[in-house]
Amino acid sequence: MNVVVCVKQIPDPADPGALDPNTKTLKRDGKLILDESDSYGVEMALQLVDAAGGGEVTLVSMAPNGETAGLRTALAMGAAKAVLVSDDALQGSDALGTSKVLAKAIERAGQADLILTATESSDGYTGTVPEQIAELLSLPSVTFAKSITVDGSSVKVQRQTESGYDDVECPLPAVVSVTAGVVEPRYPSFKGIMAAKSKPVDQVGLGDLGVDAGSVGWAGAGQEIVEIATAEARAASTVVEDDGEAFQKIVDMLAELKIV
Amino acid sequence: MALSKIWVFGESSNGKATSTTLELLAKARELAGTVEVVATSADLAAEVGAHGATKVLVVGGTDGKLLGPAVAGAVAAAVAAGNGPDAVFLATSYDGRDVAGRLSVKLDAPVITNVVNLVERDGGLAGVVPVFGGTQDVYTKFTTDKTNLFLIRPKSFAAEESGGGAAAVEDLAAADNGATGAAVVTNRFVEEKTGPSLDDAAVVVAGGRGLGDKDNYALVENLAKQLGAAPGASRAIVDAGWVPYSYQVGQTGKVVKPDVYIAAGISGATQHLVGMKGSKHIIAINKDPEAPIFSVADLGIVGDVNKVLPKLLEALQAR
Ligand SMILES: Cc1cc2nc3c(=O)[nH]c(=O)nc-3n(C[C@H](O)[C@H](O)[C@H](O)COP(=O)(O)OP(=O)(O)OC[C@H]3O[C@@H](n4cnc5c(N)ncnc54)[C@H](O)[C@@H]3O)c2cc1C
Ligand SMILES: Nc1ncnc2c1ncn2[C@@H]1O[C@H](COP(=O)(O)O)[C@@H](O)[C@H]1O
Repeated sequence: MNVVVCVKQIPDPADPGALDPNTKTLKRDGKLILDESDSYGVEMALQLVDAAGGGEVTLVSMAPNGETAGLRTALAMGAAKAVLVSDDALQGSDALGTSKVLAKAIERAGQADLILTATESSDGYTGTVPEQIAELLSLPSVTFAKSITVDGSSVKVQRQTESGYDDVECPLPAVVSVTAGVVEPRYPSFKGIMAAKSKPVDQVGLGDLGVDAGSVGWAGAGQEIVEIATAEARAASTVVEDDGEAFQKIVDMLAELKIV
Repeated sequence: MALSKIWVFGESSNGKATSTTLELLAKARELAGTVEVVATSADLAAEVGAHGATKVLVVGGTDGKLLGPAVAGAVAAAVAAGNGPDAVFLATSYDGRDVAGRLSVKLDAPVITNVVNLVERDGGLAGVVPVFGGTQDVYTKFTTDKTNLFLIRPKSFAAEESGGGAAAVEDLAAADNGATGAAVVTNRFVEEKTGPSLDDAAVVVAGGRGLGDKDNYALVENLAKQLGAAPGASRAIVDAGWVPYSYQVGQTGKVVKPDVYIAAGISGATQHLVGMKGSKHIIAINKDPEAPIFSVADLGIVGDVNKVLPKLLEALQAR
């Protein structure tokens, strides 16, 4: 079974960057890393291919400047190869533009039985990309998977709901988005890290994918930021060091608010 | 009024409209002359009518299916036929996001996501989206004349009755969605949860990794019981398996707006803050004086949760 995993390479969340006042988008310089949310998809894919007894995991990513640092992490976990789309014309792409590119890159990655994404990325968190990819590829989909098993030509998913979960069955090929915690991502071994260095990364531009530059990037984004405002801050707080009696402050506040 | 017609994707659970559906209706009514609901059942007609919708447009044949392809297909067909709305409001919910993603491709129109407010700008609508843990608000507008798609966070608006009668029920013609609609639901599991729900409890007591150990979550539960509150959690302890996902507060969990939110051993990551920042009063207990949770707390206790909570409980029981 062949599984394609979409993996986003993002700025380190520990160092969130800032909005560029000119372009009104997030400044993204410096090294990118594998979005932790996608490490679950990578692990899930590796386990499913293992369980199927054959096939491989291919990564698909769209990132600026030919960035491969995050891809190498996922390759070190055990993915076989990657397709990386990098093109200056992609700057400013919204979720729809990104999905158009990813859909073409998934086709380029070869015949996939299953396509995995995270439910949402850590930096963009639009959460619409999985369904947009599925629609562009005319595939069925199941979002918010908290467990996945593949049974011959169909996939069985426990799909998270407000109040529990639904068992959902879907024929393959399909797009499935996975929640954090669906599996425990493995740490790359030293051997894995060394092997990753020589695994193939097929770097392509828009021309190679046959994507019209006018439909993506700034040109294709049908939205614009008209204002950035500082949000109303909360009133200053009282912070006290617990001297063994601080619980009383909570009691007093609850009493004042007539909760107790 | 900037827009003449808005459609709200109406969701229900146990035959009742979700609270977010009613919240979206309240805002839609403020912004457009005609507000209609797109739903997969006519059950909601009386309820959404009372909240200002004049019609329920029913997408049929969705029993046992995931809703994304069918609802998006029917709405796109209406748009193509020239009967569509100026804007569609959907909740940031499981099905809301599915419908929005599919619809976006069918209409080749972008979606503005994570919206917490909507304002009129230059004759159109701008979505207000908080960034950087809610310290800044970004206003985004569409630049095309395509249907405006907004994914809106729960609890962004207050639901409000309009005094209207039951909405008229009409069918919205289904489209052929080919292979895309092939996912079927074979079983539904509902986790038993007693006591007040996170959605509407006046008090929420939430615990995080600072509790140190799964067993210590009992402190949170006991305090919640004592206060008639709903117990909640950070994602860290949901992922660790201490409590079920339905307890999770935050960006990928529930958005709560209680009168009082007590955060015990929670650091206050931006993804947690977006789910509880709107609470009227916030009390935080954390042993690290630099924890970001203190930036939103009205009362912060720098201390050990496992010492403060037992004493607090004892004091409340003694009252
Ligand atoms: C895409 C994405 C979505 C996310 N969605 C959510 C979400 O919906 N909800 C959510 O909560 N998180 C979410 N997260 C995770 C979030 O970033 C944090 O990792 C998480 O909220 C941390 O949980 P925590 O505060 O319990 O744990 P930690 O960050 O580990 O914090 C524990 C805190 O406890 C304190 N502490 C330790 N011991 C004690 C003690 N004895 N007494 C008092 N205090 C103590 C520490 O000082 C620390 O501040 C998301 C992350 C991503 C990337
Ligand atoms: N640039 C990208 N490259 C690869 N995968 C992506 C990219 N953007 C989004 N995705 C995938 O789609 C998921 C949802 O992203 P989003 O809709 O932006 O929240 C991500 O977690 C990834 O799995």
